[in-house]
Amino acid sequence: MATTGKVAGIIANLVMVEVDGPVSQNEICYIDVGGTKLMSETIKIVGNTAYVQVFESTRRMRAGNPVEFAGHMLEVTLGPGILSRNYDGLQNDLDKMEQVFLQRGEYTYPLDENKKWDFVPIAKAGERVSAGSWLGEVKENWIGHKIMVPFAFEGEYSIKSVAAAGSYGIHDTIAVLTDAKGQERTVTMVQKWPVKLAVRAYKEKKRPFKIMETGTRTIDTLNPIAEGGTGFIPGPFGCGKTVLQHSLAKFAEADMIIVAACGERANEVVEIFTEFPELDDPRTGRKLMERTTIICNTSNMPVAAREASVYTAMTIAEYYRAMGLRILLLADSTSRWAQALREMSNRLEELPGPDAFPMDLSAIVANFYARAGYVILNNDQPASITFIGTVSPAGGNLKEPVTESTKKAARCFYALAQPRADSKRYPAIDPIDSYSKYLEYDEVQKYLNEKIHPEWVPNVYLSKDILLRGREAFEQINILGDDGVPIEYHERYWKSEIIDFVILQQDGFDKIDQSTPIERQRFMLDRVLGICKSSFKFDSFEEVNPYFKRIINTFKQMNYSEFNSDKFKALDADLGKILAEREVVHAN
Amino acid sequence: MQTKAGQKIYSKITQITKATCSLQASGVGYEEMAMVHGRLAQVVKIVGDRVTLQVFSGTEGIPTNAEVVFLGHPPMVKVGEELAGRFFDAYGKPIDGKPEINGEEREIGGPSVNPVRRKQPSELIATGIAGIDLNNTLVTGQKIPFFADPDQPYNQVMAMVAMRAKADRIILGGMGLSNDDYLFFKSVFENAGALDRIIAFVNTTENPPVERLLVPQTALTAAEYFAVDRNEKVLVLLTDMTLYCDALSIVSNRMDQIPSKDSMPGALYSDLASIYEKAVQFPSGGSITIIAVTTLSGGDITHAIPDNTGYITEGQLFLRRDTDIGKVIVDPFRSLSRLKQLVIGKKTRVDHPQVMNAAVRLYADAANARTKMENGFDLSDYDERTLRFAKEYSNSLLAIDVNVDVDTMLDTGWKLFSRHFTQAEVGIKQELMQKFWPAESREG
Ligand SMILES: Nc1ncnc2c1ncn2[C@@H]1O[C@H](COP(=O)(O)OP(=O)(O)OP(=O)(O)O)[C@@H](O)[C@H]1O
Ligand SMILES: [Mg+2]
Repeated sequence: MATTGKVAGIIANLVMVEVDGPVSQNEICYIDVGGTKLMSETIKIVGNTAYVQVFESTRRMRAGNPVEFAGHMLEVTLGPGILSRNYDGLQNDLDKMEQVFLQRGEYTYPLDENKKWDFVPIAKAGERVSAGSWLGEVKENWIGHKIMVPFAFEGEYSIKSVAAAGSYGIHDTIAVLTDAKGQERTVTMVQKWPVKLAVRAYKEKKRPFKIMETGTRTIDTLNPIAEGGTGFIPGPFGCGKTVLQHSLAKFAEADMIIVAACGERANEVVEIFTEFPELDDPRTGRKLMERTTIICNTSNMPVAAREASVYTAMTIAEYYRAMGLRILLLADSTSRWAQALREMSNRLEELPGPDAFPMDLSAIVANFYARAGYVILNNDQPASITFIGTVSPAGGNLKEPVTESTKKAARCFYALAQPRADSKRYPAIDPIDSYSKYLEYDEVQKYLNEKIHPEWVPNVYLSKDILLRGREAFEQINILGDDGVPIEYHERYWKSEIIDFVILQQDGFDKIDQSTPIERQRFMLDRVLGICKSSFKFDSFEEVNPYFKRIINTFKQMNYSEFNSDKFKALDADLGKILAEREVVHAN
Repeated sequence: MQTKAGQKIYSKITQITKATCSLQASGVGYEEMAMVHGRLAQVVKIVGDRVTLQVFSGTEGIPTNAEVVFLGHPPMVKVGEELAGRFFDAYGKPIDGKPEINGEEREIGGPSVNPVRRKQPSELIATGIAGIDLNNTLVTGQKIPFFADPDQPYNQVMAMVAMRAKADRIILGGMGLSNDDYLFFKSVFENAGALDRIIAFVNTTENPPVERLLVPQTALTAAEYFAVDRNEKVLVLLTDMTLYCDALSIVSNRMDQIPSKDSMPGALYSDLASIYEKAVQFPSGGSITIIAVTTLSGGDITHAIPDNTGYITEGQLFLRRDTDIGKVIVDPFRSLSRLKQLVIGKKTRVDHPQVMNAAVRLYADAANARTKMENGFDLSDYDERTLRFAKEYSNSLLAIDVNVDVDTMLDTGWKLFSRHFTQAEVGIKQELMQKFWPAESREG
């Protein structure tokens, strides 16, 4: 019999429940407030008292309100029909809620129970299978959605029967499996999985070796992220974290994008709802929404569900990864999740860590990032989850606990700099402080040099050096004055400015400039470094600034033009002429 | 305990602190309102049969045998047409000497709008102020604060914006408003003949600070009535949100909560978000736009109040005195409207985004030149030109006394570019240069 209980105390969304039977940590329960049942999660148990966090407002709740325990942890429902949907943090389908305002205690089923799917079997009777094995496939938008042996099935099974090709609903039996003891178990298209546990239905996790193209030059060229890798974007408010993530969602090379809007603005989610169904996926020509799923728990939605939202998103990512797909998971902002943990930890009167965050914050963040990765499935197919989170450091100070914890867990660091954002140098990723650990991987270097250009990686490092030397020259000029330094310092500074203006800065709102394919990035870096390696003749420092501004201006017009179009080529020719004016030709 | 007309009455308080009192009571709902010794209070904690109440006007003088009456409902406000033209206190009681209104009682701080029932904002709010319309364009359904030091004329600018915005309804939420500022708003509204569009919920410096915690949600519940039930365009003005946050910290400190940065409660972000996220555009045409004031101390935006605000709102408008021209300007570096890209170049002329960005970039060059000058270095010809540009830009576009339409702002921008710079220095897309670069310039 299910355990029940009664509300014994209420402090905001922390509720103490006196229970009459066994309860497990993280078990879900429902508190009945005047006939409305509010979903809650057990977070601490002391004797007969379960401390639960309520995923809703606790307004009007009373001591004595009845509580029913559900016998399971917070879980998601996995099956065809997740793609293109808009969920809240608990995987309720927001479109199924009719009212303008969210109704407390209204929970909607995440899948379409009436839809028929065209099923094609993959496995045959007699085959040996285990959790995650592909039994068949249905077409979901354009993805071959695999119907798998549920992740919760432990051990080996043999297939007794698989449904014939045909049209089925999600709850129809797709296969019958027999376990080692001869017990039969049926499989439908739907399974459930507790969000806090990682799905482990794969053979091995490999070191990432491939680059995931994002179309954002300052990432792809300077600090590339690996497919199956992890990265994070810390930055003060208004510096461009969300715009950058939306750009990744639009242009990154992935089969599926999952956007977890965690404790941020509703209007930003509305932007995705509104624009993605209209925008074309540049790679497939289909609409962007066809490859996107949104999990949104905006800042005014119940705080406890923020934590749930990132786990829900990750579990859905793991489900699709098990189908052999490349998933990009974006979470904006993981700081809001950490703050939700802090609010609860404080209410529980736990011993606080730095800035009153829970002591185990680092471990929680690290465990979460560890669920991403490039894996080889049991059937030897590769698949990946690339995860990029944003961090919103209090006061813009990168020494705060969430940034520091995340820095330990994520391999790419894209620090947004306030001065760059202030001077509209978007994306405001600081080229000197930011890094990608993947660039140091031998296998990644090999991949880049083979795929893009034999000299690619050395050229990337060269660009970083030029940027660094440019910044040093700029500082010297500021200390000693324009005429207090050799002209060469000005030249050095302006060469770094070319890289900045032409490669790093990118107009997120221009149709052409907003995304740059890697081939075009190769071309531009080649052109820019060509100039950086040349010497120019100047008689006074006053000539340096206007000359390089002309170069930069021509380059910018190129960035706004279709690659290799007549206009692009004409501008390239103009550039050649400008260079010829002052370039010093070495006889060698 | 006795009962009176369905209400339970108690008279044995077991604990009193500066902000709260506790007693044994049963059948009490969380967040329920109560009267303690004739003062309004709200349930903030229930442990078994022990109920803790936060008393809004403070606990001074409350005896242990004070009468405690539970009202059986969370905080409410009366909404209806009758609100128009009226001034109320934080509890919704008239302060304009006129009678109480009749209306439907609604809970304040209700649930949030389902994100899929929102519409993407796309309607520009013209204010005539170029520092806003040109550089930081506002859109209906947006939430944006003025960041200003206490000596800046933020309430005046906000009142000016409110009067020029074409809103069906303006709701003022005043928190810790000085009596002078309260009278200022009243006279602005009266002089503009706008009184029938105005509703005000005001907590002045003369009222207990904790009462102001009710003001934003009360004002926003009224706003939701007009936006949802009547499809009106509602503009909500909240001033000063810093004083609201100060009241939050008073309460949380008195209740022994662990403070986070700047002694603000750990839930400050969620608390502010529950207010600002009420800004919304509905498909039916109704909308709530929130313009707020967050006063700063010494321009410090890293303090927890402006910092959390900045992470929630859709930009901020930064007021600063430009000593070069002796006027208050909307600072183009630190100000931002995040929704501007939904309208600029779409609802306004196509050159708007690029003119805006180029001007700010050149203004930044001028700031660098100024630093150079202050460090005693010679200025280049380009530096000199940026400084001349900056002064004219500041005077004719950034100053808050500018009142022109957006096309005029853009034309002014092009005039300034061509007067001081070459096309290459301005660096705008070729097509736009060809179309808009004034003919009688240095580089034709
Ligand atoms: N690549 C870009 N191109 C042009 N403008 C940009 C770009 N990135 C950011 N911006 C500008 O900066 C504003 C703020 O960006 P964004 O909303 O991404 O900030 P954020 O870092 O997510 O802030 P918060 O932490 O408050 O959510 C945008 O509304 C836009 O005006
Ligand atoms: Mg953001």
